[in-house]
Amino acid sequence: MAVITVDKVHCKGCGICYTACPKKIFVKSRKRNNYGSSMPDTKNPENCVVCRMCERLCPDGAINVEGE
Amino acid sequence: MEEKSSKTTEVILQGNEACAMGAIYAGCRFFAGYPITPSTEIIEMMSSEMQKCGGAFIQMEDEIGSACAIIGARWGGKKAMTATSGPGYTLMQEAIGFAAVTETPIVIVNVQRGGPSTGQPTLSSQQDVYQARYGSHGDYEIIVLSPSSVQEMYDFTIKAFELAEQFRTPVILLADEVVGHMREKIEIRDGSKQIKSVKQKYVVSPQEDFFKGANTLVEGQLHDDKGRRIGHLAGRSGDFINNINKKISDNVDVIADIDTYFMEDAEVAIVAYGSVVRPAINAVKKARKVEDDRVTTKFKILKDIFVKGIPETFETDYSHLKVGLVKVNTVWPCPEELLKEATKDAKIVIVPEMNVGKYVHEVERVLKDKKVIAMSKCGGDIHTPTEILDEILKEAGIDE
Amino acid sequence: MNKLYEKYIKTDSLPTLFCPGCGNGIIQVAAMNAMEDLGIKDEVACVSGIGCSSWIPCYYKLDVMHTMHGRALAFAEGLKLAQPDKKILVFTGDGDCLAIGGNHLMHAAARNIDLTVVMVNNYIYGMTGGQKSPATPKGSVTKTSPFGSIDEPIDGCKLVSALGASYVARWTTAHPVQLAKAIAEGMEHKGFSFIEVLSQCPVQAGKSVFGEKDPAAIMKRYKEGTYLYKEGGEPVEGKIPIGVFKHDTNAEEYIERVERRLRDQGIERG
Repeated sequence: MAVITVDKVHCKGCGICYTACPKKIFVKSRKRNNYGSSMPDTKNPENCVVCRMCERLCPDGAINVEGE
Repeated sequence: MEEKSSKTTEVILQGNEACAMGAIYAGCRFFAGYPITPSTEIIEMMSSEMQKCGGAFIQMEDEIGSACAIIGARWGGKKAMTATSGPGYTLMQEAIGFAAVTETPIVIVNVQRGGPSTGQPTLSSQQDVYQARYGSHGDYEIIVLSPSSVQEMYDFTIKAFELAEQFRTPVILLADEVVGHMREKIEIRDGSKQIKSVKQKYVVSPQEDFFKGANTLVEGQLHDDKGRRIGHLAGRSGDFINNINKKISDNVDVIADIDTYFMEDAEVAIVAYGSVVRPAINAVKKARKVEDDRVTTKFKILKDIFVKGIPETFETDYSHLKVGLVKVNTVWPCPEELLKEATKDAKIVIVPEMNVGKYVHEVERVLKDKKVIAMSKCGGDIHTPTEILDEILKEAGIDE
Repeated sequence: MNKLYEKYIKTDSLPTLFCPGCGNGIIQVAAMNAMEDLGIKDEVACVSGIGCSSWIPCYYKLDVMHTMHGRALAFAEGLKLAQPDKKILVFTGDGDCLAIGGNHLMHAAARNIDLTVVMVNNYIYGMTGGQKSPATPKGSVTKTSPFGSIDEPIDGCKLVSALGASYVARWTTAHPVQLAKAIAEGMEHKGFSFIEVLSQCPVQAGKSVFGEKDPAAIMKRYKEGTYLYKEGGEPVEGKIPIGVFKHDTNAEEYIERVERRLRDQGIERG
């Protein structure tokens, strides 16, 4: 299963990842990044198909996907 | 100033051509330029010579592009030069500021013509002497050399490359139309000089050329030694500005260069730079009654054809008149200490210039205790020796 | 953190100065992907001008020149001629490239000199606070076109195609895979490569061009408001063509042209 991490140091909370993921794994949450804006949580990461669209579309390189 | 290489060749060259030859000898291997009178012969010569010596040449779309291209090429590891005059030099100013802030060693030749604007494309001037120093916006110091002969067009171009590498700064060769278009017999050196680009400790910007694995960041904003911007931090920005200015102003004794003629006992001193040095030397020799057949003959012809009244000037014996000449080779930074030392016995200082009187302000500032006289000449003609001699006689109180 | 960041980004310089949701970060990653795919990191140097997009390469662990407004191409040409074997990647914006740098763009394209230009088009002057750029659509109300922009926007791709650029493509930040491929193709291509990227400026263009400040929503518009260009295909009314417009492998590159002249005339290089 893919391991998806969102780095709270680099996330600026732009929200692109919510729509970038074809499996809608990123969801809005109450978590805050270091800038104080809301950052995503991951839901059902087992659905990840490792297309890496989130990695390519996160403008701040905050998302990492480990898996084949 | 220059160690002579073992072999030299005597050739007759035009000033602009000598400049191009000097650059190639100094290891210049990239030239970008845009044609403009009266500097065009430099780009013309470079367009063939640069390719032959394994360098690269490009005729850019404008002068600012040319100045930018040579900065790019210098970071690519090639010593680089551009040449222009008047309006083109004005266009280059932004890039000169960029070279100053990124501490990029480049050489820019300005063969001065009359301005402002299109001005006098074919006539000479020294109107850019302040623009050469302060043309770009912001606080920076710069090195400006002013040649007065074809030999110096050659020698000073080589020196410009040395100083540029030594102080990691743009160096301006501030020539003018007279020396640019003059033809003289000069000595050129065989082979090529290896000017080393060594890391300088007083330089704050990254210095490593591109493609050496150093991840050099060349940054136009004020920056630290890694090239990271510090422009938003007042304290560190102040230090940076002081540093790039002090590397020039604290090293004036190393950079500054003058030549003196008959100054040992001179009471009247002429301070000149660029092509005006030539009539000034003539005037001094005349006053000192130094045997110079060539000059004498020339004056006799002048006398016969044009002059009425002035001939007595030349027949009178002024050997009691103690006149000397200071030739300023490095216009900027101003060679303050050398000027003070050279003129210590002089009471009167005359500064002939082909402009409204610009460098005279700097001389006034340096030689506060002396009577400094501007001898400005506008319009594009260089001073004649007679004019300068007349000024000397007038100031020396010799009534005709 | 994105795995490529370790290799390509000076992480001690982070965060980038881009606003949240700015397309520049996506383009930054796309160029990293392109270099990674080609495996040519050591062969690449970047040059950029002034503007938001010109900050993209400043975070790269590469030799980078962050130069003057509009002049990136002039610097890049000098660097390329000094190091003809290396790849020069130029980042520039619509204002930087088409307005103040228009002359350099025209001449670099006409020379077909081997540079890869990524022109980030966000339709606005973002860094100075939202003024009209040469790419701003007609009628847009910006800080300097308060009654609606009256100037015909300039199409950079058409301009450089006409002048002689040999690789011309347009993608958007909503097409990161295709964009990375185009940048890689551009770097592999010998000649002037021009890749326009439609990007989102959620802050300034979001206000004055799109009327929409959500970066994801602007990217969705880019997906829906574009169509894939095919040679000879019918243009789609009201949509922007994207894709590779030109890929001419036969066009002779500037430096090659110089070298051939010298060879033909029997001139020996010292």
